[in-house]
Amino acid sequence: MDLPAGLLYTKEHEWVKLDGANATVGITDYAQSSLGDIVYVEMPKAGSAVEQFKQMGVIESVKAVSDIFAPLSGSILEVNADVENDPAKVNSDPYGAGWLVKIALADAAQTKALLDAAGYQKVVDAADH
Amino acid sequence: MSPFGGFLMPIQYRGILEEHHAVRSAAGMFDLSHMGQFVARGEGVAEWLDGLTVNAVATMKPGQARYNIFTNERGGALDDVIIYRLEGRWLIVVNAANSDKMWRWLCERVPAGVTLENRTPASALIAIQGPRALELLAPLTEADLAHLKYYHATEGTVAGVRAEIARTGYTGEDGFELFVTAADAERLWETLAREGQRVGLLPAGLGARDVLRLEAGMPLYGHELEEYITPLQAGLDAFVKLDKPQFVGKDALVAQRAGARYERIVGFVMDGRAPARAGYAVWRAGERVGEVRSGSPAPALGGKNIGTALVSADAAAPGTQFEIDIRGQRQRATVVPLPFYKRAR
Repeated sequence: MDLPAGLLYTKEHEWVKLDGANATVGITDYAQSSLGDIVYVEMPKAGSAVEQFKQMGVIESVKAVSDIFAPLSGSILEVNADVENDPAKVNSDPYGAGWLVKIALADAAQTKALLDAAGYQKVVDAADH
Repeated sequence: MSPFGGFLMPIQYRGILEEHHAVRSAAGMFDLSHMGQFVARGEGVAEWLDGLTVNAVATMKPGQARYNIFTNERGGALDDVIIYRLEGRWLIVVNAANSDKMWRWLCERVPAGVTLENRTPASALIAIQGPRALELLAPLTEADLAHLKYYHATEGTVAGVRAEIARTGYTGEDGFELFVTAADAERLWETLAREGQRVGLLPAGLGARDVLRLEAGMPLYGHELEEYITPLQAGLDAFVKLDKPQFVGKDALVAQRAGARYERIVGFVMDGRAPARAGYAVWRAGERVGEVRSGSPAPALGGKNIGTALVSADAAAPGTQFEIDIRGQRQRATVVPLPFYKRAR
């Protein structure tokens, strides 16, 4: 399982890449692998407000609908249109071309509530046992 | 993300889409050992089962298999099953979720002269499904599989393992189901996995199986059939023999057919990209007319979203358009005749 250092993570299997006051968000390699073939992604429109740890969208595999939660509060800057058109990109490149949204952060201090790679690894280990 | 609940059985091995493709283009192998296997013996088996099910049992010849449905007094489906008539015995294969219920149902009704055995714990079921299933299995058995007709069964050895071999399945493809003892199952699975490489066989899970059966228009108990959904409502009229003298639920089904305007299961294809899922509401002209019972993207239809819904009679005709409520958004769908997918013969 690919779990890059330098990213932040949530217990709900989202990753966050900080870039100044903005953040790029996706789902982890563990998440895409557990879900299987992803066929549909529904994210909030650019400009909408999202709240930390509240649902912001859904991602669907062939079998199941899963909620995606906002890792940080803010407003949606950009939605990855390539992923909306070709959701399999989330499977093939979860940390790269498969990113979901970019958020303009409302409160950078909220990052304290996120996990580092080692902390997220523990979440995955617990889920697998 | 929410927890990925429910992944207990092999929902997938390599991925649902890849496994689906293997079954449609080559072959897939399913472990169906969770299904219930009951064996009935005795002179009166056919007559007894005819009184509990909608399809004809007494007309079955040794070596024949037949889809059937046990019904309650209201005509609702207790379970849908395949009954196999073998030499000197009958095999009833029931859904895993209904296995305990059906075992009780049968035990409470077994007549003198009929013996019933629940062989589920000691038994396994491996299905090989796909256009290359015959090519894989024929060299591994002395049984004449090429001449075994669809919905027929025989006995023999497969890769050295004693098996009841049936040309049945749940995928819309040609294929075989191999009933073996639990003790032999692992060895047979491993041999078939190894031999299967020459035809592109992949192990396939319940996820792929559900998509395959939905594309093929086959009902899944708990979705298209329930104790409150009759076989007529599920569109299974061809299997309901109302000319049988008597069976549990017959009067209710006769009345339902005479009334004609009952809610029924339909197939639909969606315009949009969001898949419909079981439980979503169906709307037409501002009125709620039903509920989605199954929904999935259909790889065999280029990834279009398909599904089944239980809808009122006036929303059931092919070509009818209705809307499905997907998280508060109404998405258009059109009723189509089942099945969605039919293999080229």
